[in-house]
Amino acid sequence: MSNLSRRKLIATGLAAAAGASGLAVAARLADRYGLLPPDHGGIYGIGETLTYATQRLLTRHALAREFPRSLISKTPFVNGKPPQSKSFKLLEAGGFADWQLDIDGMVAQPASFSIDELRSFPSRSQITHLACEEGWSFIAEWTGVPLSHLLNKVRTLPEARYVVYFSIQGNWWDSVDMADALHPQTPVTYGMNGGTLPVGHGGPIRLRVPRQLGYKSVKYVTRLTITDNLKEFGKGLGSSAPEEGYSWYAGI
Amino acid sequence: MADSVWVAGLADADPATMAAPRHTAVVRVTHWITTLCFFALLVSGIEILISHPRFYWGETGNVLTPALFDLPIPASRSTVPTGYDFVLSDQNGWSRYLHFEAAWLVVLTGILYVVSGLSTRHFRKNLLPAAADLSWRSLSTAIANHLRFKRPDEAEAWSYNALQRLTYLVVIFVMFPLVIWTGLAMSPAIAAVIPAAVTVFGGQQSARTIHFLISMFLVLFLLIHIGMVWLAGFRNRLRPMITGRTDAERRRA
Repeated sequence: MSNLSRRKLIATGLAAAAGASGLAVAARLADRYGLLPPDHGGIYGIGETLTYATQRLLTRHALAREFPRSLISKTPFVNGKPPQSKSFKLLEAGGFADWQLDIDGMVAQPASFSIDELRSFPSRSQITHLACEEGWSFIAEWTGVPLSHLLNKVRTLPEARYVVYFSIQGNWWDSVDMADALHPQTPVTYGMNGGTLPVGHGGPIRLRVPRQLGYKSVKYVTRLTITDNLKEFGKGLGSSAPEEGYSWYAGI
Repeated sequence: MADSVWVAGLADADPATMAAPRHTAVVRVTHWITTLCFFALLVSGIEILISHPRFYWGETGNVLTPALFDLPIPASRSTVPTGYDFVLSDQNGWSRYLHFEAAWLVVLTGILYVVSGLSTRHFRKNLLPAAADLSWRSLSTAIANHLRFKRPDEAEAWSYNALQRLTYLVVIFVMFPLVIWTGLAMSPAIAAVIPAAVTVFGGQQSARTIHFLISMFLVLFLLIHIGMVWLAGFRNRLRPMITGRTDAERRRA
């Protein structure tokens, strides 16, 4: 019997070692192929990594659902208050004529665009769903310049892995990987339902990421930074969401 | 090691039962992992739900649109009109992380259970009711026995009756797949790859509503399941799901 239990012990030990090294190899591989989310640490990291890796493999080029005009919500819910800062109110009073979108980081030609310049670029409109993690949602038509167009314009370096975007609301920033950044349905949005983007919905500039939940669609965007390393931003978790306990990847 | 001694003793008494425990190791392990995940999903699901305890039908819904129904409970967001003058604390962050981690674990466990159940003919042997038991007469007898809270006899500890079999089959092959599917249908990324996964329910909000209703069905199932186990003899039913053997075997040993 002691033979049996020794054999069992060795087998269990080997299985545990194989499992642990398997996990380490899997993590290394996931990182190499860009399948490891920045918030992969901690007890929830395994589920988060499985979700992100699986969905990246399945959804890299998938298009978010677009809807007929008849499904546009008549009552798009406004969540949260617009920025109360003096600088925002001043810009708003000026019709956002002085609003600038800065693009820097791993680019050959850093640039800064006004709203009018953004409007002069090729635009794309899409009727997509905005779903909040709380459970509510609405459908609207969003108009803007595809982020990919701007990334080409500033000549993003091939080593780029993420686009970090910052709101004028100091504590709100986020990032997407290049799959979402270069996706045709990720616009730097300035129009909604045929008009200009209302302040309540993030005007003058909101980055729309329709393949993820609403909180990834950051409002009042003033700056984009292209990077290959999210560790340099905030607590290194990729966005302000994980710092408040929410997951970085919100494709769920 | 004590375990092996015990099995050896049992072997003298009844070699047939030792060869086939009441519940196989896979059934027992997957049962308890599922139990653990179920509670994690339930608690985190309730936390997520209270941020917006309103339900809609179709693609969209928010507080400015009429609800299909709402729950008379306070919410964890001040934007939801609930009739209560207080707002609960927001626990969505960890709840969402836990919900999806537990979902992964229960789905992988479920796959293991179904693959093993098919290859060992567990479903055919233990869960598929015999044709004779599906007659109206025998089904109504079973229902009447249940309604009279009649305690099952000793033989029933070794096998499930037709009502149990049907319930387990519905839970395993209808309710669990549906709750996973409606959960996935709420994902904007999954909806991008498989739009039909959402449209078949009538929209993302319909999927959310069905997800909630099935969860409530599963909670009801859990309560009846525990009630029935209690009625049939809690220790007597719990033991084989832990050790694999019934009380009677233990006495014999």
